[in-house]
Amino acid sequence: MSTVETLAATREPRKLAARAAVVLLIAVLAVVPQLAPTYYVTLMLPAFAYGIALLGFNLLFGTTGLLSFGHALFVAIGAYGAAVLTSKLGVRSFEAIVLLSGLAAMCVAVPVGMLAVRYVRIFFGILTLAFGMLFHSFLFKFYDLTGGDTGIRVLRPSLFGISFTDLDKTAFIVGPFYYYCLALLVVSALVMWRIVHSPFGLHLAALRENPRKAEYLGVRVHLLRLVAFVISALYGAVGGAILAINIGQADPELAYWTHSGELVFMTVLGGFSNFFGPIVGAFTFIFLKSELMSATQYWRFFLGVVLAFIVILFPRGLMGLVERLRHRAAPGAGDDSRTGRFER
Amino acid sequence: MTALMETVGVSKAYGSFVALDGVSLSIAEGELVSIVGPNGAGKTTLVNVLTGLVEPTKGLVRFKGEDIAGIGPVLLAERGMARAFQLVHVFPALTVAENIAVAIVSHRRRSFALFASFKKDETIRQRVHEVAAIFGLEGKLDAMARLLSQGEKKLLDIASAFALSPDVILLDEPTSGVSTRDKHGIMRTLVDAAKRAGIKAIILVEHDMDLVAEYSSRIVALKGGKVLADLPPAQFFSDPEIAAAVVGKLFKARQPR
Repeated sequence: MSTVETLAATREPRKLAARAAVVLLIAVLAVVPQLAPTYYVTLMLPAFAYGIALLGFNLLFGTTGLLSFGHALFVAIGAYGAAVLTSKLGVRSFEAIVLLSGLAAMCVAVPVGMLAVRYVRIFFGILTLAFGMLFHSFLFKFYDLTGGDTGIRVLRPSLFGISFTDLDKTAFIVGPFYYYCLALLVVSALVMWRIVHSPFGLHLAALRENPRKAEYLGVRVHLLRLVAFVISALYGAVGGAILAINIGQADPELAYWTHSGELVFMTVLGGFSNFFGPIVGAFTFIFLKSELMSATQYWRFFLGVVLAFIVILFPRGLMGLVERLRHRAAPGAGDDSRTGRFER
Repeated sequence: MTALMETVGVSKAYGSFVALDGVSLSIAEGELVSIVGPNGAGKTTLVNVLTGLVEPTKGLVRFKGEDIAGIGPVLLAERGMARAFQLVHVFPALTVAENIAVAIVSHRRRSFALFASFKKDETIRQRVHEVAAIFGLEGKLDAMARLLSQGEKKLLDIASAFALSPDVILLDEPTSGVSTRDKHGIMRTLVDAAKRAGIKAIILVEHDMDLVAEYSSRIVALKGGKVLADLPPAQFFSDPEIAAAVVGKLFKARQPR
């Protein structure tokens, strides 16, 4: 057998094993509310929210090669969407909230993206950072509209038309809302998997690798980047809506640049070159932060140390480490070629 | 013969510097036209005008009868023109199959198929195999492009341009960086592949006069932004004045043979 044939032969069972692992993980997540203490269950919600937001963020970063430093803008739009709809407009349907917040984020993403995607690397990063901060000042200064620094309350939504009035807030969050958001994460991940492995995803990877060559092969570089940007905004807003309902409040901090920084942190932590890296990063970050915060008031310092440690020792994040271990266990294992592999 | 591609009185000036001065040429079906000339003769500018990258200051550029002045590489690729660069351009972190598939996706206008699987697309897969086979890359389809040898990368670069199924392909020094021994082999592969792929015309920019003499059906010589000669190889090389003016040392080096 040639090397190629051997590779193909070992790839099928690996694919099955990977699928089984994902299904098992979803099953574990499904029983968490029954087994884990309530406090940990409530921590899962922001992890789901960031998981969804980062799937979008990484379409832009890992697949398309554009690092946004202002992605919290879209998370904040989702959160404020949920706040305005529930508190001010009396819309309680979570389906409507997700849809309308997502739509709002996409509407903002089109003009912002049209300006930003003409640039790459640091210029793209700075432009997106600027737009994020612009939105932050808007939220902060337009007190009558946005509630200024205190923000707007987010009321409990209804799920599929059911308002769960018999449950208190925590019971709602760790009960029906938990499963709703888990399902949303699974669906979002499936859709993103499809996108990343589509002809569109191939063109995104091509323009990340060599935009000039891609153009000569008929790839509409700017337009494709814009579409990726808009999709990532939608994912950001969906995550933001979940986050806001979990907190019960939308405030300007959500749009602040440090929040964008946290999104980058989580993605790098989990590994941007692996499809599941951002989700793993989101869960790890939420739990790490919670543990560090209860252990020491210098938690930020320790988070910084962790990031430095990861970047130096495991530049491809936790999932990069997992891939490397898998590779060592069985040489020739194929890894995900669709998401970015930046040469160091 | 109908012209696939033509320029009529094309001039391009950058400030006071005139890079092209009234260049008229036409390329018909079945031709392999070489563009030669010393450095600074305007070859690169002409190539950029022909590929819609640079809009001429004056004159017309037509491809299949349509004005293509400054339309850019993407639209030109859609209309049936491909270009391979002098320096190797591949997508290093994509596999050989994916490198080729990029062009096929463009050609089939599947760029915005967001929810389709490109790996399960039989028509794409088949075409990838076809193109890879022409360039002897079928054994490497799953290899990362960055792991290929320099020669294989060059072939892959050109293979991806072929995968666009263009009518015209512009090869910018396709054998640069390749040993003298392998040059003819690569040119042979290219010319044969072009025939098999149904490519109607090839534009070749080349310094190596051996290759130009052997493969061209016509040679266009530029000097100082003007067309100095536009002749079939036999006549081109039989005129010592032209040859000396255009190729200078290179041509002399060929004399003792």
